[in-house]
Amino acid sequence: MRKGEIVTLIGANGAGKSTILKTISGLLQPREGKVFLEGEEISALAPHQIVARGISQVPEGRRVFPELSVLENLVLGAYQRKGKEHLNELERVFELFPRLKERKNQPAGTLSGGEQQMLAIGRGLMARPRLLLLDEPSMGLAPLLVKEIFAIIREINAAGTTILLVEQNAHMALSIAQSGYVLETGEIVLSGSAAELVRNEEVRKAYLGL
Amino acid sequence: MSQFLQQIVNGLSLGSIYALIALGYTMVYGIIRLINFAHGDIYMVGAFVGYFAFRAGLPLPLVFFLAMVVPALFGLTIEFFAYRPLRKRNAPRIAALITAIGMSLFLENLGILLFSPDPRPFPRVFTNEPIHFAGGVTISIPQILTLAFTSVLMISLTLFIRFTKTGKAMRAVSQDAEAAQLMGVNIDRIISITFVIGSALAGAAGVMVGILIPRIEPLMGIMPGLKAFVAAVIGGIGVIPGAMLGGMLMGMAETLVTAFISSTWRDAIAFGLLIVILLIKPSGIFGSSSRTKV
Repeated sequence: MRKGEIVTLIGANGAGKSTILKTISGLLQPREGKVFLEGEEISALAPHQIVARGISQVPEGRRVFPELSVLENLVLGAYQRKGKEHLNELERVFELFPRLKERKNQPAGTLSGGEQQMLAIGRGLMARPRLLLLDEPSMGLAPLLVKEIFAIIREINAAGTTILLVEQNAHMALSIAQSGYVLETGEIVLSGSAAELVRNEEVRKAYLGL
Repeated sequence: MSQFLQQIVNGLSLGSIYALIALGYTMVYGIIRLINFAHGDIYMVGAFVGYFAFRAGLPLPLVFFLAMVVPALFGLTIEFFAYRPLRKRNAPRIAALITAIGMSLFLENLGILLFSPDPRPFPRVFTNEPIHFAGGVTISIPQILTLAFTSVLMISLTLFIRFTKTGKAMRAVSQDAEAAQLMGVNIDRIISITFVIGSALAGAAGVMVGILIPRIEPLMGIMPGLKAFVAAVIGGIGVIPGAMLGGMLMGMAETLVTAFISSTWRDAIAFGLLIVILLIKPSGIFGSSSRTKV
């Protein structure tokens, strides 16, 4: 992956997309192979050490803390940052997602699916990551909301965060990514720029339904 | 009427002991879903530390300090050497449960080995002269101390859980441990802190019981440990206010039954209460019904 890009990982259910993200985040140990971040091997590190190196993950299914308030969820996203330096980030997240500001004292479990996804992304941004891992951000959302979320992902990227986007919605993913990988049963079968992948015959048939 | 009020006061001071022990059960369960059966014996450790500290002539605050710090170290050590290795190997929960029972037996027998199984009188620290209140209610100084210190501990714990960063992380871990790790929470550290806090509270309860009922022995943790566990389940296991309420209910029920029915019914009522609650609301008074994740 190159710095500053949006890279997408597409593939069918069970292809191993989430497994890759969990391995990068340190929740799973790689059985073989290694994970590198800017030349440093991070395969054996614990999840909190990986967050400290600037990688945040927005997990599949949002996984917000349902009984904590929206604000508490966001503050936890900045868990490793000292003192008050997360307050700037909080302002930025509230600018990106004004709806979260309106509901900041509400338990996260009472938010709608789309709002929970916004909260999950906002929470991931609170650590001010260099690399943001997004796992299926469109899952279970209405098409209009998916568009909104993807516009925001692009905005986050434009502000300088590198993004690795895992998606089943290949169409949306390739529309905002610069490059991508196609995963089948744990192996990368295709890779290239997003434009090449969109033109690729197999990708069109298998993932874009064209 | 005054007899009833008197029993309420007695029930509250006994309930304080149960509540403090129940907090440790419920917090550990909330974080790692383990019933730490060695927890009742941690309370015994607190009582013995208090015993020796008083005998050494230390002042009261220092006695309480030591009787909280030493059990906290015990809890920390047990977690580190007994439970953590199992967790790292993804052992099934039953293995951890059996280990907890093993740790309990270990502490009990270590106590017998070091201190002999005979009960010993706890040093008398306060005069037995009760203080009379309006309505014929009398409260002894140990009871006042117990109620006051328990309140301080519970309020501090509530504030800690609610407002500190570590407290928020503890709540996050109990709701979704994996997601909490993705936020950068060091889960091992949170688990250690949970054991430290729970064990310190049990240690404080150990000294209080020594002062209230001046008699301690190595097996003193078994029954109160079991009842505190029941109290935690009644209140909703994993829920902190639930453990506080459950402990108080338990103490109150026992005292009232002893006073107005018969002391032979005391233990039956404790476990009868459990059966009734489990029939009406299986998740406990404050427990939310099973939160299955999609």
